[in-house]
Amino acid sequence: MRPSANDEERWVLRLYTAGQTPKSVAAFENLKRICDEHLPGRYEIEVIDLMKNPRLAKEDQIVAIPTLVRKLPDPLRKIIGDLSDVDRTLVGLQLRPAFQVRRP
Amino acid sequence: MITEAPAGAARVAASLPKAATGISGLDEITDGGLPRGRPTLVCGSAGCGKTLLAMEFLIRGATQFGEPGAYITFEETEEELAQNVRSLGHDVERLIAEGKLAFDHVHVERQQIEEAGEYDLEGLFLRIGLAIDSVGARRVVLDTIESLFSGFSNPALLRAELRRLFRWLKDRGVTAVITAERGEGALTRQGLEEYVSDCVLLLDHRVQQQVSTRRLRVVKYRGSGHGTNEYPFLITEQGISVLPVTSLGLSHKVSSERVSTGVARLDAMLDGGYYRGSSILVSGTAGSGKSSLAAHFAAAACKRGERCLYLAFEESQAQIVRNMRSIGIDLQPWLARGLLHLEASRPTSQGLETHLAQVHQRVSELKPQAIIIDPISSLAAAGPSLDTEAMLLRLIDFLKDRGITAMLVSLTSGDGALEATEHGVSSLIDTWIVLRDIELAGERNRGLYVIKSRGMHHSNQIREFLITSQGIDLLDVYVGPEGVLTGSMRIAQEAREKAAALGRRQQVERRERELAVRRAALRAQVLALEQELKAIDEEARITSAESAAAEGVRAGERTAAAARRGGEEGDPE
Repeated sequence: MRPSANDEERWVLRLYTAGQTPKSVAAFENLKRICDEHLPGRYEIEVIDLMKNPRLAKEDQIVAIPTLVRKLPDPLRKIIGDLSDVDRTLVGLQLRPAFQVRRP
Repeated sequence: MITEAPAGAARVAASLPKAATGISGLDEITDGGLPRGRPTLVCGSAGCGKTLLAMEFLIRGATQFGEPGAYITFEETEEELAQNVRSLGHDVERLIAEGKLAFDHVHVERQQIEEAGEYDLEGLFLRIGLAIDSVGARRVVLDTIESLFSGFSNPALLRAELRRLFRWLKDRGVTAVITAERGEGALTRQGLEEYVSDCVLLLDHRVQQQVSTRRLRVVKYRGSGHGTNEYPFLITEQGISVLPVTSLGLSHKVSSERVSTGVARLDAMLDGGYYRGSSILVSGTAGSGKSSLAAHFAAAACKRGERCLYLAFEESQAQIVRNMRSIGIDLQPWLARGLLHLEASRPTSQGLETHLAQVHQRVSELKPQAIIIDPISSLAAAGPSLDTEAMLLRLIDFLKDRGITAMLVSLTSGDGALEATEHGVSSLIDTWIVLRDIELAGERNRGLYVIKSRGMHHSNQIREFLITSQGIDLLDVYVGPEGVLTGSMRIAQEAREKAAALGRRQQVERRERELAVRRAALRAQVLALEQELKAIDEEARITSAESAAAEGVRAGERTAAAARRGGEEGDPE
């Protein structure tokens, strides 16, 4: 049921925020919960505050906040939003195939 | 209270600060430029020149007005944009290196992005903010921000964010240009005009009868007066050039100076020539000598040292030069000296508006004192007649405003009335010369007459003229019982007059001879009488001398007799 991830893969995730906004805080908490459940022990999350380093927004093509980027494994994936929609987050991270997404 | 409101509004309008675009013509129709510190929406369909206008606004701001700019593009990359404007002579890379321009390509690919929960566009704000701060930008372009709508699935959120963005741009005090695609039945696809309502420019790229014309219209300009027409614009080597369609103001200066027509006897017919800055219409049927008259005028202008722009729509430059040389007008030296600019183009190659814009541009560049358009009638082929008329009105008005003496050549069809109003422009024309073929007695001959010429005495005669190897030659007028005599009839009349003159001369000579004879006879008589008189005088003298001598003899005899008698003197015998 995990189509693309095998158990040894290392996951590098980057979360772009702009200051400590409620959406950013929620995104980080949601992400951590998902990773603990699906990628226990083999992920790292780097939080980048674009307020402090706006140049990275240009370099990494960030428009929406918050944006989650899966740096590893390849290919690069982008998920925007506070990650409150767990199903879509899993699809975005390719931890679940798209056809299993339940829509409310 | 109510009556005061408009005055107050007018004061606000007058003081509305503007940011000059530097784009030729655009500042004129917007009365100074775009609203400073506010966003302006530039909308139009694909390929109508939005990006170019936005880019020129930034580049000119950076180079001419000392206002750095930030270009946020959502469609093309920096390299593509730089390449696009390099062809227009702008070195964007240098401006970026000098810190006068900042670029950011915002690339949004929907396929790569999964949306999971709430988000905002703070990243975009940060990027625009970064671009502005990196160069201290006073001008910002967002091109084309509507692309965001294809990158994100939540239009309601996007609208809210765009509303916030425009508000934010205003708060930052930058003059912004936001481009948008033209929508069906609306100015923009996403209804951006709802948010950017200070100033809206609409660009249009229309194809009519296979000919394309670009036009610009100021749809809205809050707090400012602006031209409301559709203004044609060109994309030239120098960038965008908007043609301000001047209203038909009648305030142009007039000159009472005369300029030669190039034909001495035509000058005489016009009491000295055309007025400087007037508009002259030369109409006539095919082959009636219109272009020759135009060439005379061009050569005369160049001879005065003036610049003359000759726009030829039917013949090439080489052809005109050759043809005119055959009638003794050598245009080549004037071309070589740069006084004459002979520009040939096909009228159907461009739309009317483009033509008009080009004429404007050439006139602005060249600043000629005289212009010839040969012929205006072929412009009619480039657009509907109503458009042609409007265009010519604007053109004539523009040329008059600049004080340029304009000669418009018009070809009339053989069957129509020659005096029929020419494309509705006759009312604007100051001097109207008609060339026509006069068909009489089995011949076609060239005739010329002045239909009207404002503000001067002009001949009302129909003059026959010849096109000789020395140019146009106006002949003497022969008016016969059935009108003007031309061709053979004129020659016959000339012969008759010559015969009559000869007869008169012979009569005079005869009379002179008679008189000479009589004079000689009288002189002979006088001589004879003088001889006679002289003879009489001589005779008289001799007679008196004889008589004196005889007296002397008698006196001597008396003395002798007395002495002989010894008697007293006087003693009778």
